[in-house]
Amino acid sequence: MIAIGLEGSANKLGVGIISHPSPGKPAQIFSNLRHTFVSPPGEGFLPKDTAKHHRSWVVQLVKQAMAEAKVTIRDVDCICYTKGPGMGAPLQSVAVAARMLALLWEKELVGVNHCVGHIEMGREITGADNPVVLYVSGGNTQVIAYAEQRYRIFGEALDIAVGNCLDRFARTLEISNDPAPGYNIEQLAKKGKVLLDLPYAVKGMDCSFAGILSSIDVLAAELKANPETKDHITGEVITTADLCFTLQETVYAMLVEITERAMAHVGSSQVLIVGGVGCNERLQEMMGLMAAGRGGSVFATDERFCIDNGIMIAHAGLLAYETGFRTPLEDSTCTQRFRTDEMFIKWRD
Amino acid sequence: MEVQTAPPAHQAPSSQSPHLLPPIFQSDTTPPQLITQGAEALLYRTTYLLPTLPCALKYRPSKPYRHPILDARLTKHRILSEARVLVKCRREGVPVPAVYAVDEREGWVMLEWVEGEVVRVRVNEWLRRRKELGVQEGVEEEVLKGLMGRIGRAIGRMHGVGIVHGDLTTSNLMLRTRREDAKCGDEVLDGEIVLIDFGLASQSSADEDRAVDLYVLERAFGSTHPRAEGLFSELLSAYGTSFKGANVVLKKLEEVRMRGRKRSMLG
Repeated sequence: MIAIGLEGSANKLGVGIISHPSPGKPAQIFSNLRHTFVSPPGEGFLPKDTAKHHRSWVVQLVKQAMAEAKVTIRDVDCICYTKGPGMGAPLQSVAVAARMLALLWEKELVGVNHCVGHIEMGREITGADNPVVLYVSGGNTQVIAYAEQRYRIFGEALDIAVGNCLDRFARTLEISNDPAPGYNIEQLAKKGKVLLDLPYAVKGMDCSFAGILSSIDVLAAELKANPETKDHITGEVITTADLCFTLQETVYAMLVEITERAMAHVGSSQVLIVGGVGCNERLQEMMGLMAAGRGGSVFATDERFCIDNGIMIAHAGLLAYETGFRTPLEDSTCTQRFRTDEMFIKWRD
Repeated sequence: MEVQTAPPAHQAPSSQSPHLLPPIFQSDTTPPQLITQGAEALLYRTTYLLPTLPCALKYRPSKPYRHPILDARLTKHRILSEARVLVKCRREGVPVPAVYAVDEREGWVMLEWVEGEVVRVRVNEWLRRRKELGVQEGVEEEVLKGLMGRIGRAIGRMHGVGIVHGDLTTSNLMLRTRREDAKCGDEVLDGEIVLIDFGLASQSSADEDRAVDLYVLERAFGSTHPRAEGLFSELLSAYGTSFKGANVVLKKLEEVRMRGRKRSMLG
């Protein structure tokens, strides 16, 4: 069976075409295209501009994906789209595109939970069977484990998502949003050495990032006012690279800690990292050290699958489609609030 | 980037214990015995102080993934905060293990060894025996009601002195062993309640935090002892009379129950 997936819950528009040859066989990726709306340094992406971006690119991307996949309209079994969670306006424009394709091609629709898309794609690519999942992106921060037909949320961010914290700090520093603000923070952090004091906000398996963002913003403002400030322990001049380094070391330590607590709780030694922040190599390295200490291992994917993409929507949608799940045209809405644990996972034991 | 990539010494593979204890415990002729390994800490039983005095040794090994400065800061803060909370509880008459020794830099705290079992084990034992004897649910439950009342009062006393536990479950409540021959029937539920594992505890008098404590216990009770869930009201009514302001917390609990501990997901 073949599905096309359309993703546009944030600033990436993704179109992917996947094939599930037969049960038990690995999925085949026919095409996986993405076009990102990049805002100028110091600015975030606004819903209306992002929606406009998706509207102007979706037809071209679908055509290109079909051509690259070398499939015809007749080969496609269903059209999968992101139902939520995400930003309202971009979600809507992609849902409209999905409906249009469904009517034009006379295919059935499948609405997909964005988070479940990330998890299922991560499992498919890495082969991790039943891992504890850390889902970290610009909009979400969750520690998830599967039990009885649901992906259950064991821990999550109580205020802003970790990716949002990083993105907003990139805005404070007015560094480039191309290819992604988090990527540029990661590159800067590699040059950092000095670890400064930041709050550390873990509560059980939950965590909070808003206070950390405020504190690092204060440190950045102080640095701008006094560029010659020296670290009181090492005596080195503090740089913006040190700020990026400090921010990464602190927030990733928090993420690894809550993941470890969830692993101890459910008795698992596998961990899978998904979502845009999951591309970060320092986070992957820290998670690997933790998992090794528990006699386990970490599974992560590269930017093709970590960052929002159409193929994960096609994959999760097709899994649901194969169990008989359909989204009738009149119900093909989208929603900004759609918790991971609301989705019934019929395709797993 | 100045980050440790090689695993530190205490990561040495060993089937006995995955972690090497701080030097002070290494020369002990009867080495500490590993009881449990949580995500954060390792719990050992040791006779380090006196051969006749078993102690609980809680050790927080350094985490190889954390920056050494951050790691030292967190370990120190957590060991001290846990010890402070326990000392405060004990001073105010809340039943908790005594603190014998602390080394916050090495990351350990030594506590009184509480003989007995956790409430989860005892309640399940009691329920199982009743089932064997064919006693109907809902009859002759006074002993269990009594236990629930004792738990409620113990939690109330802790909250009353300005401490919230942060992780109340029936595995973090112990019943001290009282009698050697407590083998038959209702004596299973005898013994003084002792609150343990204050790893997530904090000093707080906020009704919200107190209500979340009760909510977490209620959920834990429901999932581990569905058959005894109905008696949770006994715990709450005893709690309600245990300190000034307890009724406000019970009101707050209704609010927490309505929304759950988690918010609905935004974007």
